[in-house]
Amino acid sequence: CPFEELNLGLLNQFKAFREKAAAAMPGSDWSPIQVTKGLPPERADIVIVGGGVMGWSVAYWLKKKEKVRDGVRVLVVEKDPTYSQASSVLSCGGIRQQFSLKENILLSLASADFLKNINDHLGVVNEDPVDLQFNHSGYLFLASPDVAPIMEENYTIQRDLGAKVILLSPTQLKDRFPWINTDGIALASYGLENEGWFDPWTLLNAFRCKAMSMGVYQCFGEVTGFRCSSQKAETTDGDFVNIKRIKYVDVRMPNSLEYQPVECAVVVNAAGASSGKIADMLGIGHGPKQTMAGIPLPVEPRKRFVYVVHCPDGPGLECPFLIDYSGFYLRREGLGGNYITGMSPEETEEPDVSNLDVDHDFFHDKVWPLLCHRLPPFECLKVSGAWAGYYDYNTFDQNAIVGTHPLVNNMFFVTGFSGHGLQQSPAVGRAVVELILDGGFQTIDLSAFDFKRILYHEPILERNIV
Amino acid sequence: MAAPVLCQMRRRCPVVAYLSVVRREYASSPPSPPSLFSRFLFQLNQHFHDVEHLINWSSWLRNRVVRRKNVFYGYTQKRFGVNVAAAYYILGLGGGFRFAGHSDWFRPDSRGKFSYDFLNTPNSTIEEIDLSRTLINHAGLENIVSQNELRSLSLQGCPEVDDWFLARLHVFGESLQWLDLSHCPHITVGGLAALQHLRKLRRLDVSSLPRLQNPGLVRILLEEMLPHCEVIGADYEQGLILTDNVEEAEPVRHK
Repeated sequence: CPFEELNLGLLNQFKAFREKAAAAMPGSDWSPIQVTKGLPPERADIVIVGGGVMGWSVAYWLKKKEKVRDGVRVLVVEKDPTYSQASSVLSCGGIRQQFSLKENILLSLASADFLKNINDHLGVVNEDPVDLQFNHSGYLFLASPDVAPIMEENYTIQRDLGAKVILLSPTQLKDRFPWINTDGIALASYGLENEGWFDPWTLLNAFRCKAMSMGVYQCFGEVTGFRCSSQKAETTDGDFVNIKRIKYVDVRMPNSLEYQPVECAVVVNAAGASSGKIADMLGIGHGPKQTMAGIPLPVEPRKRFVYVVHCPDGPGLECPFLIDYSGFYLRREGLGGNYITGMSPEETEEPDVSNLDVDHDFFHDKVWPLLCHRLPPFECLKVSGAWAGYYDYNTFDQNAIVGTHPLVNNMFFVTGFSGHGLQQSPAVGRAVVELILDGGFQTIDLSAFDFKRILYHEPILERNIV
Repeated sequence: MAAPVLCQMRRRCPVVAYLSVVRREYASSPPSPPSLFSRFLFQLNQHFHDVEHLINWSSWLRNRVVRRKNVFYGYTQKRFGVNVAAAYYILGLGGGFRFAGHSDWFRPDSRGKFSYDFLNTPNSTIEEIDLSRTLINHAGLENIVSQNELRSLSLQGCPEVDDWFLARLHVFGESLQWLDLSHCPHITVGGLAALQHLRKLRRLDVSSLPRLQNPGLVRILLEEMLPHCEVIGADYEQGLILTDNVEEAEPVRHK
């Protein structure tokens, strides 16, 4: 139809006019003609791939720590506006300081401090105060005789760093929590303060609203590729490596083939379970094995199930977030006798990650027997619901990966948290922003979480059980 | 979204809900519509950085009063000891206390002046504290945690006491017997769950906590959690949805 051709020609003319005008007028990317709604800006200083709690935490801290107003233009790209598969919102929402690594404990403590004063940090003028619905019930770890020495060592480290944790003998445990069967338990570790659980969606929204009120751009779209420039460099051994620098991020609009290349200076990979895919797009891992270029980002999605059960004889308000040495966990949900429980499966029995369907047989076969043995009141219960979510599982050592890759100059990883990303998000966001804006860690030193440890094959393992 | 460049003072209008300018305290009733002045100030806030900074300063100043009241009395502790520091802090906030072994209370008068007699007894610990309607918050609790023989604590009507404050009360687990939390606007069930560490608690007052949706149910759960404690202030029927034929009858008062 000639009218269609005319229209097409007209649109092309407008596009050409815009490009000519942009080339002629320096600096501004303001345009009177917006062809598609929802496109990201053509230029941004920092592009954060992934709009979960980690991505928005980084965005908030970037705006908080910039020295000049509008000093950095930050863009957060999130592929799913409904957050239906995002790990942040499907999380159980717990926060604890009972780790064995110093960095993990410090990150948790700093995050708890942040949450304590959350309205000072994330309060927006004219909005309601942020209500996290924080339940201060603490975490209770139960240890068998083999792991009790490890628990004692961890306890010393935790107390030294300021975590308020106590150790309980089986008698004391029975006295405080008479509904636990202390058979086979040698020691228990109980967090008194700064531990509990809260609503992850509220935290995500609080970060998002505050960051957007400070001027962060949000775009719903999927990152489909990067355009990089590469340079050859010679290592001390005489090998040649290609060092890439990301110039453009291709952001594709939802349900469309249209994409916008966003020119950027720094890219932050906070994509959670899909971080491995993002790293793959840059060619990290595509190289001869045994070279730097051949080692991929060891983060992959792992599915975990969470079951909501109703037990009429269960413990009341005093029920902490209980984690047994056999691997299952349980916490109270609300006031009506509902509980949330689950367990990490064995390495060999990992469920399929292509969808978020729940396997109810896993509860009946694996979780319920352990639950009944340890907590006799739970012998009669009813499963009222279940959901599944992804861990951004670090297959190397199940700890965070924070820092740059030696072969890609300007990509920062904030991923691999393997189930404890939510509780560390405020502090890790601040640490990454110190790395980007200040060049090094200022408050908490996370150099132990650098990517280098993967290249040198030096895992830092968390000795605490979950 | 394109960035405006013309005027340095103008800024993008973020999509923000339209409410009154003053930070709203929690309330079960819906907010009153904002006044004309508030609406005008909000529009200016959307358009000018100056106004935005002024409004941020005003909320910072409001917080400053609370922060100054709850500062850590480190110098006093080092110079005079922890008991005197705790006493000085409580009197500075406007509360009252009683030393263990004495029967008279130390309180400031209506103008805020108090006698310094507590300096004469630096070794006596405090047994009862009355902090009703003061500005104590979780940071200020640091000044009092040293009093490990504290038997009674009254926090009636304290606007800054929240769940994090209650979580810190575990330090008094071996001694606290009376706790009054009535009329505190920021306390929720999540904080009350932290009271399980107070094993010696005998009397807990949870009347008029506006953020508790089910006071009756919470009372039952608290009585289960602390079996030797008497929980007052909530009736078992509070929070229950009454059916038609019960509405006319007088509510039966349970002990």
